[in-house]
Amino acid sequence: MTTLSEAIKWLNDPLNWTNPGGILERLSEHLQISFWAVLLGCLVGWPIGIWLGHRGRGGAAVITIANLTLALPTLALLTILPLTPIGFGQPPVVVALAVFAVPPLLSNAYTGLRSIDPEIKDAAKGMGLSGGQVLRRVELPLAVPYLAAGLRTAAVQVVATTTLATFVNGGGLGEIISAGFGLGISVGGNQIVAGGIFVVLLALAVEGLLALVQRLVTPRPLRAARRRRPTAAAPAG
Amino acid sequence: MSFPLAAPADDGPGNPWFSWQYVRDNAETLRDALEFHAGLTARAVILALVVALPLAVLAYWIKPLTGPILALSGVLYTIPSLALLALLAPAVGTTTDTSVLIALVLYALLVLVRNALTGLTQVPDEVRDAATGMGYGRFGRLLRVELPLALPGIMTGLRLATVSTVALVTVGSLIGQGGLGDLILGGFRNNFYKAEIVTGSVLCLALALVLDLLLAGIGRLLTPWAARRAA
Repeated sequence: MTTLSEAIKWLNDPLNWTNPGGILERLSEHLQISFWAVLLGCLVGWPIGIWLGHRGRGGAAVITIANLTLALPTLALLTILPLTPIGFGQPPVVVALAVFAVPPLLSNAYTGLRSIDPEIKDAAKGMGLSGGQVLRRVELPLAVPYLAAGLRTAAVQVVATTTLATFVNGGGLGEIISAGFGLGISVGGNQIVAGGIFVVLLALAVEGLLALVQRLVTPRPLRAARRRRPTAAAPAG
Repeated sequence: MSFPLAAPADDGPGNPWFSWQYVRDNAETLRDALEFHAGLTARAVILALVVALPLAVLAYWIKPLTGPILALSGVLYTIPSLALLALLAPAVGTTTDTSVLIALVLYALLVLVRNALTGLTQVPDEVRDAATGMGYGRFGRLLRVELPLALPGIMTGLRLATVSTVALVTVGSLIGQGGLGDLILGGFRNNFYKAEIVTGSVLCLALALVLDLLLAGIGRLLTPWAARRAA
């Protein structure tokens, strides 16, 4: 385990944090890319999921989309998108990652709206609420725990997958790992392992933080019933 | 494997998204990459299945282990594949595909254990009691009653694991052990040779689709009662 102690030594060198291309710069790139990707994913996934759930149809389409993205290698999208009119730089990376954020957001929003007791919706309609009012005042508030669960799954997945942006020189913490591989394992081994440890810690921190957020926005009576469904889990990148 | 350095000049105008000439000229490279990709996927999924089934049975028999095993699998799932590769590669070396294989087995293992355990816990209590009443011991009941009933869950897990493993193999291209991923990344690095990137990606998707259909077919053969009930 000499590589591990070397890696900790590497993490303890302040220059490795502050240098150009150091941990701090890569971390801020990483978080920026992740933020925009999750935001884009929400802007696409939530409206479609909510609309399909409100209408009560399209379940098969939701499952198909989720299964298709499971088979799609992240690397393929990361390399193909820069060659389209989107162009090089961060936008194609953000779009590629957003594509993988959409399925958990979409399917959780859909499930959230579908799992509302039809009697509640009937009661709301009986009170004279229009379709839009039922959606805004009854369905959406009740679906918030599901939306939060989807957000957590998507965000953790995006933060993990942003590591792969390094394949197309997209920045992020993966650059530290691939720079280490570029040096060769005998020289860069400490940097490879250090980058790996840091990315793992970041992913776990985001997961923990969002689990807390999910708990806070979930009303107490709903907490025990809500579990992360196994279908929501997909390997990160 | 040898990679073209750029799109050949006689390959039509510009840099097409797809070119049969590329496929013809590099048929051997493509076949090698596809074979490597499929082989690595098969080894990873089979190894994972061999480890996952006993683990799931263990968690099923010893109830206090169920929670920790599921929680651990959830935590491991958040670990980025590249980071896992980064932690494994210096220890195992990059000259072989062992480090990629270990990472793939770990990810596939998690899906399989989860699904097998879900399948096993969904066996109705009455069925279990009836089997015990008929004189089945622990192993007999497991082999003759519980595992067959958990088979649909196990097959679902196997399909999910296989499809996501096919996609994950491409990450191995960081150390040149990514099968079709090597083609995708190679095309990007070799002057953005679109035909190479797209051919690699399409073959990857096709492989996932074929394996998924194959497993779905095997699942139908193994559980004829499920199809009969649906009909």
